[in-house]
Amino acid sequence: MLELTDYSVNFSAGAALRQANLTIKPGDRLGIVGESGSGKTMLALSLMGMAPDGATLSGALCVDGIDMTQRNEIEWQNIRARRVAMIFQEPMAALNPLRRVGDTVMEPMRVHEGLSHDQAQARALSLFEEVGIPDPAARLRQFPHELSGGQRQRVLIALALACNPALLIADEPTTALDANVAVLITDLLVRLSQERQMALVFITHDIAAVARATQDIVVMYGGDMVEYGPTAEVLKTPHHPYTKGLLDALPDPSRTTHDANGKRRRLPTIPGTVPQLQDLPQGCRFAGRCPVEVPQCAAQKPATQSFAVNRSSACHLNEGAKR
Amino acid sequence: MNRRLPTNLVIGAVLVALVVGVAALSLVWTPHDPTLMNIRGKFADPSEAHWLGTDQLGRDVVSQLMAAARNSMTVALVAVLLGGSIGVALGLFASAVGGWVEDGVMRLADLGFAFPALLFAIMLAAVFGPSLSNAVLAIAFINIPIFARVTRGSANQIWTLDYVSASRAAGMNKFVISRDHILPNIAAAIIVQATIEFAVAILAEAALSYLGLGAQPPASSWGRMLSEAQTLMYLAPQLAIYPGLCIITAVLGFGLLGDGLRDISDPRLSRQR
Ligand SMILES: Nc1ncnc2c1ncn2[C@@H]1O[C@H](COP(=O)(O)OP(=O)(O)O)[C@@H](O)[C@H]1O
Ligand SMILES: [Mg+2]
Repeated sequence: MLELTDYSVNFSAGAALRQANLTIKPGDRLGIVGESGSGKTMLALSLMGMAPDGATLSGALCVDGIDMTQRNEIEWQNIRARRVAMIFQEPMAALNPLRRVGDTVMEPMRVHEGLSHDQAQARALSLFEEVGIPDPAARLRQFPHELSGGQRQRVLIALALACNPALLIADEPTTALDANVAVLITDLLVRLSQERQMALVFITHDIAAVARATQDIVVMYGGDMVEYGPTAEVLKTPHHPYTKGLLDALPDPSRTTHDANGKRRRLPTIPGTVPQLQDLPQGCRFAGRCPVEVPQCAAQKPATQSFAVNRSSACHLNEGAKR
Repeated sequence: MNRRLPTNLVIGAVLVALVVGVAALSLVWTPHDPTLMNIRGKFADPSEAHWLGTDQLGRDVVSQLMAAARNSMTVALVAVLLGGSIGVALGLFASAVGGWVEDGVMRLADLGFAFPALLFAIMLAAVFGPSLSNAVLAIAFINIPIFARVTRGSANQIWTLDYVSASRAAGMNKFVISRDHILPNIAAAIIVQATIEFAVAILAEAALSYLGLGAQPPASSWGRMLSEAQTLMYLAPQLAIYPGLCIITAVLGFGLLGDGLRDISDPRLSRQR
């Protein structure tokens, strides 16, 4: 239902998203992982037609077979909420503090589907039940500050579901929440996706959550999609050096905290941080931080290599190998 | 947390309550008919019948001051509401559309800023004759760019917030977002501005009436009382002092109230205090 072909988002400072290719079918659950600054939010906003002002879009972004790349705001408004919906990272900030949460959730139903106040209220009530908000009738009338972080995120999920979208994009929906609440929200999103046959794009930097929630995964770095494949396979046998680095940097509870000589083990890290747009290398974005870099890396963008129908990675070292 | 109200807010509120109360009272009761002349009783000293005496035509000063308060409040209210609504609408529109439309609207506002109200009032008076309603229009006009600027500035901040993005992601158009999300969240800033502009409008009305471009006889106005008393300064200085004090009270009251409201509505400012 959604397809990106060589889709790029360019700023004057550089490309925040470079030739992304992606297909999402109904019911798919796709994870997107990568460090801060790797372009995950930019991808999510692009899928909503909400790339920031000043961005130049190229390539094709097809929703239901229609290329939306050059469509205007009004055409996007007809697709948002009804075809694609999104929830944001900060449940504290994503609700209008002066509006009853019920009114916020009912708004898209009234605007898009012309429901009466009572009809919208009835649907909001059943949505609140569906997303697991206790005492939904009372909650509808409350203001955001009266709710906990987890409940606010549930309200935002209800808002996103208001007009039965076919695709829900969740941009780091659990980053701002306590670990135990995060698991509940993750499981809720999976359940909703399964029950409603709704595709889910789950953006996170929590590898455990992505393993739990998704079938496929895209690893992003510096605006490039560096690796793609079934979640379990990619996490078990990563092909791209960045994916390997990302997985090595995870704490492993089975490992002892001290090595044989009694020295404290340090968690391996990827040296450095994601550079700013204007400082990203022209070739492979990971050049400069990559442990297995060869001279051609910084100069030439590696092509995306397919290893199987649904497995690919973009690294010069994979070229010709393992085909 | 310091829960004490700022002093300027308290003093401002008391003064405003006094002026507005007197203006409201004049709707139903004044000691005398403010326009009733009594040449034989002119320049009377304060007495039980005339608390502040009478003027050069024997009219009761207290009654005139009360009626003038009502006129002054009415002019300021209508002018600020009219100019404010247009300005707020323009500001919201500019902020929502952005791009060259926003730039265009704001350049127009700059132009309006550069255009003095007095000049506009003189222009209106020249074309349509001097009247209180032309004074209202002139004061409303200067309020448009002020409110457009404040609204656009505050609205631009709100547009960057997550709950606006969430609303956009739910497919809401800019009109709905402006009405349901932007306006309520900038209302405090607009109310503060309106209170301050109310003070400015009172002063402007007094000035225009003083110059004969505002309230026309027999309507009472502090500004006109002042101009009439000017020629009698040596004979009866109190006739200039009373309306002057009234103007000071009203302007100071609304100004302090506006400042106080700003202090409590902007926590960053009040914490510095
Ligand atoms: N409006 C913008 N103009 C220019 N660059 C931007 C803009 N918004 C984001 N970026 C850049 O795009 C890159 C990707 O950011 P983002 O998508 O937020 O990453 P993530 O969500 O993975 O942390 C960053 O380098 C950021 O600086
Ligand atoms: Mg992000």
